[in-house]
Amino acid sequence: MDAPLIEIKDISFDYEETKALDNISMKVQKGDFLAILGPNGSGKSTLLKIMLGLIKPTKGSIKLFGVDSKNFKNREWIGYVSQKSNSFNSGFPATVEEVVAGGLAKKAGLFRRMPKNKDECVLEALTAVGMENFLKRSISELSGGQQQRVFIARALVSKPKMLILDEPTVGIDHQNVQAFYDMLAALNSKQDITLVMVTHDVDTVTDRISHVACLNQTIHFHGFKEQFQTLSDEERASWYGHSVRKIHHAGGAH
Amino acid sequence: MIEAILTYEFLQNAFGAGLIIGVIAPLLGVFIVVRRLSLIADALSHVTLAGIAGSLYLSQSVAAFAALNPLFLGIAASVGGSVLIERLRSLYKHYEELAIPIILSAGIGFGAIFISLAQGFSNDLFGYLFGSVSAVSREDFLIVSAIALVVLGFIIVFFKELFVLSFDDEYAKASGLPAKWVHFMFMIVTALVIAGSMRIVGILLVSSLMTIPVAAAMRVSKSFKQTIILSIVFGEASVIAGLISAFYFNLAPGGTIVVTSIGLLLLVLIYKKIAVNMKRGAIA
Repeated sequence: MDAPLIEIKDISFDYEETKALDNISMKVQKGDFLAILGPNGSGKSTLLKIMLGLIKPTKGSIKLFGVDSKNFKNREWIGYVSQKSNSFNSGFPATVEEVVAGGLAKKAGLFRRMPKNKDECVLEALTAVGMENFLKRSISELSGGQQQRVFIARALVSKPKMLILDEPTVGIDHQNVQAFYDMLAALNSKQDITLVMVTHDVDTVTDRISHVACLNQTIHFHGFKEQFQTLSDEERASWYGHSVRKIHHAGGAH
Repeated sequence: MIEAILTYEFLQNAFGAGLIIGVIAPLLGVFIVVRRLSLIADALSHVTLAGIAGSLYLSQSVAAFAALNPLFLGIAASVGGSVLIERLRSLYKHYEELAIPIILSAGIGFGAIFISLAQGFSNDLFGYLFGSVSAVSREDFLIVSAIALVVLGFIIVFFKELFVLSFDDEYAKASGLPAKWVHFMFMIVTALVIAGSMRIVGILLVSSLMTIPVAAAMRVSKSFKQTIILSIVFGEASVIAGLISAFYFNLAPGGTIVVTSIGLLLLVLIYKKIAVNMKRGAIA
């Protein structure tokens, strides 16, 4: 059996005096579509940042593709899509094509030019997210949902084996959220890309994912979505910190 | 004008250095503006003032400094200031912008002390503050040329990393790019450009040549590369027109260059306004 793509062992993380993560262990296997759920301040984004190597854990170890993260060199195997509102500079004067091509920078390597097939790679990535007609458009002219698709194309352009997404649907309206998750599910099933995603859209996303991890400083549940769906509202509330209930509407559960 | 440039070496130096600065200041300025670091350029220019004033003072009292081009101490102060800004930014992680007023005030403070010790303003110092057509020596021109080579080399080699870092620094770090290292080199190069530009534009106005042409270019360009090209075009136009008017009317070139660039910015804003109104009219 292949090594897990992510293997976290006994990880803790403290922000100065505050404990953000406490003794977390989990594995992400190839082909998984994992949703990490948890209330605000539960450490979800901190866990993703540790997975990405943006911050170092106070305690514990993490392996990426079977290699200790400190020695892991193939960062282009992992695509990252952050919360749009937190990250990019919204008035930036760049075209969609330029933004997506930026995703090839690491793969091309330091002191080297972009690959010769850059244009084909960019078009292929944009086609995968249905944005191939927006190549020359300015990134700042696009809607929130369109921008997030472009950022997924930027993550896909280096042909990663895994995508890590931090609340990618923030700022996207409900109708487009459904289409957005459908696109992610297609990347997972058709292109065999492993997905790890932090989200609050518990019931909207449940149909598309394979695994769920419930986090509130420590892991309260990690398993198949079918097991997660059998949890009662009371069980969910016990780790979520307050009552969680399903709200049904015409577009599906929310 | 061309005949005068061919005849007089000081004009060759001034126009040669001006044309070079017209390229490198807006080129680096594009990255400074999109990374929202415009005020850092101001802070570094004031630190450069402290270095220049210190050198002018020391040249009066220490024999070894008498023959030293003040530009060297200005460059050293500017580079040192950029390192200190980075140190302070990492120290005050939640208040990174604090580094700018601290370093800016330190620059003005030390500058004021050295100017007082040197017993007030001299013609030299006025030239450093607002630029000068006549004071650019062959050595200054060569220093500016060397700085330009370093800047162009840095931008060409690290263009893709700088672009990703400027657009989304968290993504740059997550994708494994050496963001910290590239940013540090970027700060050093910025310090070099500021120190190199001040002979022509002057310490007090150097940051405007790095930002105003970019502000104009951003209003009309459709891509990042187009923003760079237009910024350089506007920067060069400002430097050429500014230097010519400074020469004929005996004015400080820093003032004429910056006023020209402001004029260009206004023209661009008016053009953009008319273009948008015409587009709206066509749609209606």
